[in-house]
Amino acid sequence: MKSPWIFHLNTGSCNGCDIEIVAAFTPRYDLERFGCLLVGSPRHADVLLVTGPVTRQMLPRLIRVYEQIPEPKVVVAVGTCASSGSPFLGSEMVEGPVDRIIPVDAYIVGCPPRPEAIARGIIMAVMSKFR
Amino acid sequence: MVVKRSTERTEKEVEYTRLRIPFGPVHPALKEPVLLRISVRGEEIIDVDMTLGHVHRGIESLAEGRNLIQTLYLIERICGICSHSHTTCFIQALEEIGSIIPSERALYLRTLIFEMERIHSHLLLLGVMAYEIGFDTLFMFTWHVREKILDLFEKITGNRIHHAMNTIGGVRWDLTSQMAGEVKAYMREIEKSTKYIHSAFTDGTVEKRICNLGVLDYNDAIKLCVVGPTARGSGVNIDVRKDHPYAAYDELKGDFSVITRKDGDVYARTEVRIFEVFESINIIKAILDRLPNGSIRPEENVFRIMKRIPEGEAVSLVEAPRGELLYFVKTDGKGGLIRLKVRTPTFSNLLSLKRMLVGCEIADIPVIVASIDPCLSCTNRVTIINQEKGKSKVIDMDSLRRMVRRKWMRR
Repeated sequence: MKSPWIFHLNTGSCNGCDIEIVAAFTPRYDLERFGCLLVGSPRHADVLLVTGPVTRQMLPRLIRVYEQIPEPKVVVAVGTCASSGSPFLGSEMVEGPVDRIIPVDAYIVGCPPRPEAIARGIIMAVMSKFR
Repeated sequence: MVVKRSTERTEKEVEYTRLRIPFGPVHPALKEPVLLRISVRGEEIIDVDMTLGHVHRGIESLAEGRNLIQTLYLIERICGICSHSHTTCFIQALEEIGSIIPSERALYLRTLIFEMERIHSHLLLLGVMAYEIGFDTLFMFTWHVREKILDLFEKITGNRIHHAMNTIGGVRWDLTSQMAGEVKAYMREIEKSTKYIHSAFTDGTVEKRICNLGVLDYNDAIKLCVVGPTARGSGVNIDVRKDHPYAAYDELKGDFSVITRKDGDVYARTEVRIFEVFESINIIKAILDRLPNGSIRPEENVFRIMKRIPEGEAVSLVEAPRGELLYFVKTDGKGGLIRLKVRTPTFSNLLSLKRMLVGCEIADIPVIVASIDPCLSCTNRVTIINQEKGKSKVIDMDSLRRMVRRKWMRR
């Protein structure tokens, strides 16, 4: 795949990862030079970036967004809370981590991970799935 | 007779053309999920309703089962933009309960990070604002400037987003004189860039797009209890830094002024934020000039300090980038919490959206929602449902933005 299009879903993240994802697309890191594009609809996307520990209200929406992405697709869990659920584990409202609900291809840990790490995670996930 | 028939027709017309638009809750860019249900007649918005709680993680109840140090790092994860405001507010309450007085240097360093966070948050919003009105170049430029602040955060605290700067009785990282020089140099650069951003925002086309849009007048602002730049944009002179000084703001009172604008529109709120960046730069310069010497934290083990905090309760206030942030903390005297209550500024400001949106057009929604700087994160898809015919039409944020741009071109 030459240009993975990316859809980002916030499932209860603190905004930290979300901002770092956007920062990865702005001039300093510029993921768009790899052909990545942040798209507004899951139906256009190849890669799903999930941030947050999956709250109860976002659970059905996560499944719906995942189903809307056409095959083949890659799911990347961004951030520690999406990867492991910590530090929100034990909360009544948290259903995650993400891999309990949908299959995940790559985990990017860090709270929040740096834009470089996000770029590397996306590239590695795409390379492993599509080559 | 003729008159009666015509009114009947109008009523029927109104019924047929009233649409309900759910706005959200999924968006890829910046905002946390919120669902706005918007009723429209043609293009005009006539009613707004909202549903919250998509990012409810149960932090308050989680905090009640953890000790104070664990809670400190947990509440930092409430918000990725104003994490330092949250920890400062919490730590202030704990210090009041335990009668711990941090050193002068610690208070100044807290204030320094606080103001840097305000610059980072305001630049972020100015970029989003530029993006929403279709000015992508300015968005990229603003976020490029913002990276400089994040570099400074990384140099001082080791982290870009969650700084983990506060600890009970002080701060965790010191500022060396070499770093102070760097901060000063960066501030000069940021001041220059912000002047450029300001000149871009005073450009005629931008002004025409956001002037007289989403107006919230002074009386409504008072009635709806809005806080922060949203209130100051409507001419309400409130700022916790001046009204109830905390940290080092008491001594820095003379170094900054509260920016207010009377118009109460999107432009006024944007302008307030631009000038607050300049004020924050002034505060940072004053802090670096007058940074007292001394230790930054008590030498004692932080767990021992935590165990000594007695049973008690306190209310703490800070001026976060989005407005007044309030914490109520009740400790159990054994290093744990009985109750934690957080009231964030966006919660106060969200209700004012109704007053701002009613009377505006669908294409104005993203601009007005962004103008209160909501700490919300997924607002991408819009479904237009024609209730009368039972048909629904899904518009994604991109087509909505195209509508925004078309409207802009028309003017």
